[in-house]
Amino acid sequence: MFRFVNLALGGVSNGMIFAAVALSLVMIWRSTRIVNFAQGGMLMFTTFIGWDLVQVHNVNYWAALAVATLSGLILGGVSERVLVRPVENGPPLNPVIVTLGLLIALQALAGMIWGNSQSHSYPPAYDFRGYTVGSRHLFFAPNDLFIVIAVAVVVVLLYLLFQRTALGLRMRAAAFSPEVARLLGVKVGQLLTLGWAVSAAVGAIAGVLAAGTSTGYVQPTGPFDALLVYGFTAAVIGGLDSPAGAVVGGLGLGLVLSWADSYISNNIEPMYALVILVAVLMVRPNGLFARATARRV
Amino acid sequence: MLQIEDVVTTYGAVRALDGVSLDVDRATITAVLGANGAGKTTLLRTVNGLIRPRSGRIVYDGHDLVRTPVERVVRLGVAHVPEGRGVITELTVEENLRLGALWRRDRKQMATSMGEVYDLFRPLAERRDRSVDTLSGGERQMLAVGRALMSRPQLLLLDEPSLGLAPRITAQIMATLRTLRDEQSLTVVLVEQNARSALSVADQAIVLNLGRVVASGPAAELAADEKLRHAYLGF
Repeated sequence: MFRFVNLALGGVSNGMIFAAVALSLVMIWRSTRIVNFAQGGMLMFTTFIGWDLVQVHNVNYWAALAVATLSGLILGGVSERVLVRPVENGPPLNPVIVTLGLLIALQALAGMIWGNSQSHSYPPAYDFRGYTVGSRHLFFAPNDLFIVIAVAVVVVLLYLLFQRTALGLRMRAAAFSPEVARLLGVKVGQLLTLGWAVSAAVGAIAGVLAAGTSTGYVQPTGPFDALLVYGFTAAVIGGLDSPAGAVVGGLGLGLVLSWADSYISNNIEPMYALVILVAVLMVRPNGLFARATARRV
Repeated sequence: MLQIEDVVTTYGAVRALDGVSLDVDRATITAVLGANGAGKTTLLRTVNGLIRPRSGRIVYDGHDLVRTPVERVVRLGVAHVPEGRGVITELTVEENLRLGALWRRDRKQMATSMGEVYDLFRPLAERRDRSVDTLSGGERQMLAVGRALMSRPQLLLLDEPSLGLAPRITAQIMATLRTLRDEQSLTVVLVEQNARSALSVADQAIVLNLGRVVASGPAAELAADEKLRHAYLGF
């Protein structure tokens, strides 16, 4: 029983990181009906920027996190404006291809700047040696607590932005019903750019958090591809349309992966994600948090 | 206050509006009538900039609407209630109403307008925190009209407000329009298939057929013209 609970604790911080990536995907899906496959590349690139500052230029952790987040904001906004906007009204496959292209381009660019084969370590914000209770050693460290709090703060801030501010109301209107929003004087184009920017910034934070764990590292391909896959799985489990679903999906996935890695084997980790995904979709084809009524198209 | 001159709007090779002209005076209700596909909805969408006309002029209060982006049209005092109600079902009643006046960035004004709309449409006040999903068709139409009024428009463009509604509710909405015209000098352009109820409140009317104006004049005259009624209005 202790081991079970301990493994759950060990899964929480990863789950929160998946939740953040899932949120960044859900926000874009909700507003533009595009799955942003470039998210993995975007957060890889911004994490590299943070890594470069911390490890090469000896900048402190928090400043690097701030710069990485800001770069995410810019990268997301520019990508929407320059790459996605021109193909948005074409066939639905076009934006998907564009985001895949951006993913590959970002990976190639990062490889040219920072090298492809080497994996770099990213310092954690806090100690990642686990807390101890009596003589027992927990799979939960100050750094994990930091990750949980950081993502929770992001979630709360996003909730306040979307639910409590006029800007958030405009963003929701633009996402749910762009034409009606325009009739009401909402500048939909600007808000889509802003939505991509905020979403990429959330991804950037997730990237830095993921890199700074005991198993994390920075490389153009590899760790962030896995992060995108798990984030996407969490988003789909949650219903792809629901921010709450993204958080629950991410946390749930984190827990199950932690148990399965330990009780079964950690060599086939992506398989567990696939199994969970299929199992959830068999029971609830639209995800856990899908709206009861079908969406009008 | 609104002059539409010789407007041509095309969808590909189809001329949805083929030289439509219309003059609307302040504090009047103008009914735009005609069968399905006559171009009524296209006319409204062209006026507020959702569709750009191929040629022709649309001038509102001295502003050239053909060159005005949709988002700015509402700021000139033109509100549009789109066909199929156009309320945002994922939001609550109150959020929908707030959206109507958000562009003003004036909280006090927002509260006043909201109070007025709730006075006008009592059922909305009781459901203000409910999701629009839970509203009936009539309540949604009230919400759509109420939201348009939140922007304190000079000109209200209404697309098929009676669609799918019980006659009693239709009558109530028509009565509201008449009150707003008389008390607040609101100008209304009302697109309707239900010609009888539209003519009962309208001051003037035009009848469209295949994108052309086939009749226009005072509402009472059109309602009295038996041939026209049989040919185009179906009553």
